[in-house]
Amino acid sequence: MSTVIASAPTRSEAQDAGLAPFPGARRPDRRRSVDSGGLTLTVWEWGDPGDPAVLFAHGGFDFAGTFDTLAPLVADGGYRVVSWDQRGHGDSQHAHLYSWEADLRDAAAVLNSIGPGAVPVVGHSKGGALMLQLADAMAHKVSHLVNLDGLPSGRSWPDVADHHRTRMLNGELGEWLDHRRRSADKVRRPGTVQELAQRRGLMNPRLNPQWLEYLVPIGGYESHDGWRWKIDASMRMGGFGPWRPEWSMSRLPALGMPVLCILGMDLELMGWGTLPEDVIPNLPANARFVPLEGVGHFMHIEQPAVVADLILETIS
Amino acid sequence: MNTTKMLTHVRCELALHQLRDADGLPLLLLHGLGERTPAEVPSIFEEWRGPIWGLDFTGHGASSRTPGGGYTAEILMADVDVALAELGKVAIVGRGLGGYIGLLIAGARPELVSGLVICDGPGLAGGGPTPHSPAVISPPSTSPAALPSVLPSTTSGPENPDPFALVELATDVRPDDYATTYARQAVQFSGLEAPITIAAVVRPSWLAAVAAEPGVVTKTLSQGLERYWQP
Repeated sequence: MSTVIASAPTRSEAQDAGLAPFPGARRPDRRRSVDSGGLTLTVWEWGDPGDPAVLFAHGGFDFAGTFDTLAPLVADGGYRVVSWDQRGHGDSQHAHLYSWEADLRDAAAVLNSIGPGAVPVVGHSKGGALMLQLADAMAHKVSHLVNLDGLPSGRSWPDVADHHRTRMLNGELGEWLDHRRRSADKVRRPGTVQELAQRRGLMNPRLNPQWLEYLVPIGGYESHDGWRWKIDASMRMGGFGPWRPEWSMSRLPALGMPVLCILGMDLELMGWGTLPEDVIPNLPANARFVPLEGVGHFMHIEQPAVVADLILETIS
Repeated sequence: MNTTKMLTHVRCELALHQLRDADGLPLLLLHGLGERTPAEVPSIFEEWRGPIWGLDFTGHGASSRTPGGGYTAEILMADVDVALAELGKVAIVGRGLGGYIGLLIAGARPELVSGLVICDGPGLAGGGPTPHSPAVISPPSTSPAALPSVLPSTTSGPENPDPFALVELATDVRPDDYATTYARQAVQFSGLEAPITIAAVVRPSWLAAVAAEPGVVTKTLSQGLERYWQP
């Protein structure tokens, strides 16, 4: 495709371009690039560059712009908020391959780009599980961990008999391989801003449609036949492999830095179905656990002020 | 004379080498970790009367390298599936890593894999059956803030495997029950009484578990080839 995909705007570029505002949202002040083993990642920063840094990691199929309401509140609390579009997401390069270990390596590359010393890290959903493993792997570089509904548990896995599981897996594997065979030239379906927002709304049913429309010019691009989400079309929701959700949770008790775990208590499709009784036995000594009633998986978008206050209490 | 077809797997270019042209069921050779398809038919396969092909996995041999790595066994399984789209039904012999990948594709495309022989070779064990202490594998960096590199040292050049592939495919977790799930699918859906033959002497945990499954037999490579030959 010959379409030139424009970068999402910074704060000043958004003002110049007249990006439709959303109450409380503020685009990042700066944009830069980081090389991760030959792959170019786009890094975003909110706040004064001289302030102490905090690293934010977004969830799967999101992008750093989904922190546009949370990050400014933390930045205004005296922090330089650094986030990045994960490989294949937002404005970062589409990779040949995607894996958990590669995402972890990308996170380390961004963390190293901030400078020497340990910094607090905050992750939502997949980004939360990623930051949990980063904190376990690089304890010398992580001063605090804040996990926003990113603690996988085995609850959402279907409890089916072995012979049924075999047949299900066989079908899933065939579909995934078929998808790989078809993905060489695959591009995402075009639509209007409203149509893209509606599609995203299927995964984010609790979120304000106006917010979802705000995200389109940030996480999408416009060409002659309409708007498309930038996320790599070869990526697919779900998946399979040897990984078990409990492996992620088992890293939590090992952490020595202060930890804050927040769960949205209104369970959603995009969440893990993790309950307090799954988390509490695994909390390390320096951990605080906060269940938020009446809030879903995207707690930082539903209640940015509440989540920002909890983050600032923990890292300040 | 060998010929090579270049196949596309999403953004990767895969080299599929024809080592021998003949009639009958094709034999597909899957190399071990860090290896590549041999230039000629190894003598042990001379008794196979059909065509013989070899696939260079992504990051190996004449196949493409990937910026930033991200190698997984499942991606390599999909490499093989792209080759199956070209070749149709095959029998597979896999060395080391190629044996594990052969198991995955035999379970995922049982209708297209008419027999698998798993042999000793580099990368047979992988990273073991359970998660290890996490480590971040970083490429060399000039930044003073960066961690020291732990990637394997290789000289640059297209003939060398991608260092990311060497590390990531040597440390991937291979739970016993994950491996046996694929073995059961191969047994249930392949139509063969014993679709998997283990010729490997070394038995890492995943392979020992597979060996204990019904429909999996222990034979020599020659015996395995004889079992799966179809004119």
